[in-house]
Amino acid sequence: MAKPFLSVERLTQTYPDAAGGETTVFENASFGIERGEFVCILGHSGCGKSTIMNILAGLASPTSGVVTMDGAEVSGPSLDRGVVFQNYSLLPWLSALKNVSFGVQARHKDWSKVDVEAHSRKYLAMVGLEGDVVLRKPSQLSGGMRQRVSIARAFANQPKLLLLDEPFGALDALTRGTIQEELLKVWSQTEQTVFMITHDIDEAILLADRILLMTNGPYARVAESVQITIPRPRNRTEIVEHPNYYPIRNHLVQFLGQRSKVLSGQPSGGETQTPETVVIDKTKPAGGPEPEARLRAVND
Amino acid sequence: MPQLSINQRGALLSVVILIVGLLFWEAAIPPQQLATEMTEYERLMGGGSPRAAIPPPSDIFAKAWEELSNPFYDAGPNDKGIGIQIGYSIYRVLSGYLLAAAVAIPLGFLIGMSPVAYRALNPYIQVLRPISPLAWMPLALFVIRDSEASAIFVIFICSIWPMLLNTAFGVAGVRKDWVNVARTHELGAVRTAFQVILPAAAPTIVTGMRISIGIAWLVIVAAEMLVGGTGIGYYVWNEWNNLDLTSVIFSILMIGIVGMALDSAFGALQRVVAYAE
Ligand SMILES: Nc1ncnc2c1ncn2[C@@H]1O[C@H](COP(=O)(O)OP(=O)(O)O)[C@@H](O)[C@H]1O
Ligand SMILES: [Mg+2]
Repeated sequence: MAKPFLSVERLTQTYPDAAGGETTVFENASFGIERGEFVCILGHSGCGKSTIMNILAGLASPTSGVVTMDGAEVSGPSLDRGVVFQNYSLLPWLSALKNVSFGVQARHKDWSKVDVEAHSRKYLAMVGLEGDVVLRKPSQLSGGMRQRVSIARAFANQPKLLLLDEPFGALDALTRGTIQEELLKVWSQTEQTVFMITHDIDEAILLADRILLMTNGPYARVAESVQITIPRPRNRTEIVEHPNYYPIRNHLVQFLGQRSKVLSGQPSGGETQTPETVVIDKTKPAGGPEPEARLRAVND
Repeated sequence: MPQLSINQRGALLSVVILIVGLLFWEAAIPPQQLATEMTEYERLMGGGSPRAAIPPPSDIFAKAWEELSNPFYDAGPNDKGIGIQIGYSIYRVLSGYLLAAAVAIPLGFLIGMSPVAYRALNPYIQVLRPISPLAWMPLALFVIRDSEASAIFVIFICSIWPMLLNTAFGVAGVRKDWVNVARTHELGAVRTAFQVILPAAAPTIVTGMRISIGIAWLVIVAAEMLVGGTGIGYYVWNEWNNLDLTSVIFSILMIGIVGMALDSAFGALQRVVAYAE
């Protein structure tokens, strides 16, 4: 079988603990992401999501295991992997526009200033920031606007993989909703591969092609890979009408509420830990063709 | 009457305090005492000379007018205009200060970036920093054998510490997220230093530079009293030897004004590099 576009193989992360021993955050975790896919990872705080993301970004190296992207091993940060951090991490002494063009300039060293600015403005406009507002410093922007700038910076660089760590965690619900839709819009125009961490179930269903579910740590596992069987384009108001919405949502709630605890704390015993694929589709007639033998149908 | 702003009211009160203060001062100076009415001590201290008493402000204004209307005259080693004397002092301060900045800022970067360098150099910094800069003077004079260069060395050694420590502190405290932004954009070490770390640490660095220039200006007066020759410090000392208290008070005022100007220049620089998070 051909390797997926992004392939995570037997990733293990341990940290020394206070008692002088070791805590294993996760062990032998393996999963893949296909090109153009939008994958969300859901799990309780502290289970190791950010750790995984920093490894994918190349900002941290795992205790053991490898990550390959497009056939090449990830061994450090790269312009091919754009990152949007939870706290926006805009450079506060630069205007919104300069924050984006800073990245574009780094990517396209041969571009003229005019080209860099035009390209940056185009991506800022995609997230609804136009005119004089882009000349403001981050401190003069609302939290939502800052995160838009951060998203524009990441998309403007057209990385092969976009990593988002709880990008909307600090925003109020209304702003979050608008930016989620903007993110979807930009994403559908760019066919970007996205890996996003979130702790918001509805956000994950709205955005993702697939949701990875993580159990609690220590010895956290990426236990399930849930397909979001809801066609695109999606929007927040219509998506809840879809017959698959609540079955999927209930499955996720049930996992996070119960099974994430039950399944936690189990060492892998050296086994490769791959997530189990879950397909929930109420639109198919019962007894319809099973997509793959390994899949487990969930009927709740 | 329209309500005055806080600034206007403050300025008004400032002027009132100045006028009242000067009037009291003027009124408190007794008319010249007769030499016969003086005590033995007063006579010995130069009470016999009409200029030996604390002068009233009017004399000082007259002196200031006279000096400032021709600040750059040069009539031999002991009689130079106040502008020339201040010029010498500023030249020494800036030479020593710029040398110190050229050492302190790169070294501070190194210490801020590398915990090993920090641990290796910290003991030396801690021992050298509390030494009064003037304590270096004899050693400097002996080793350098030049009073001019020794004064500059003393300025160098006193202005290096706040810049060094603040640079190290500022660089070490740069948010990891911003460094990660540089890393994910594949900026090299030099670009990261200039485009991310320097602007991020600039407010702290400039604060250190502002403290340093203040200390340097404090120290130059004392250093020039010791080495003599030229400079505002020497001028104060020389006028004291001449028992010209009017000139002493005038030059004290000038020291304050130049110090304030240096400080506000760095205050302006601080506003340029400041950013809000
Ligand atoms: N540098 C570190 N040293 C020790 N433990 C760490 C370190 N970084 C993270 N951890 C631990 O690893 C676990 C996973 O952290 P993290 O990936 O940030 O979780 P999440 O993003 O899912 O909330 C947490 O229990 C955290 O305490
Ligand atoms: Mg996290």
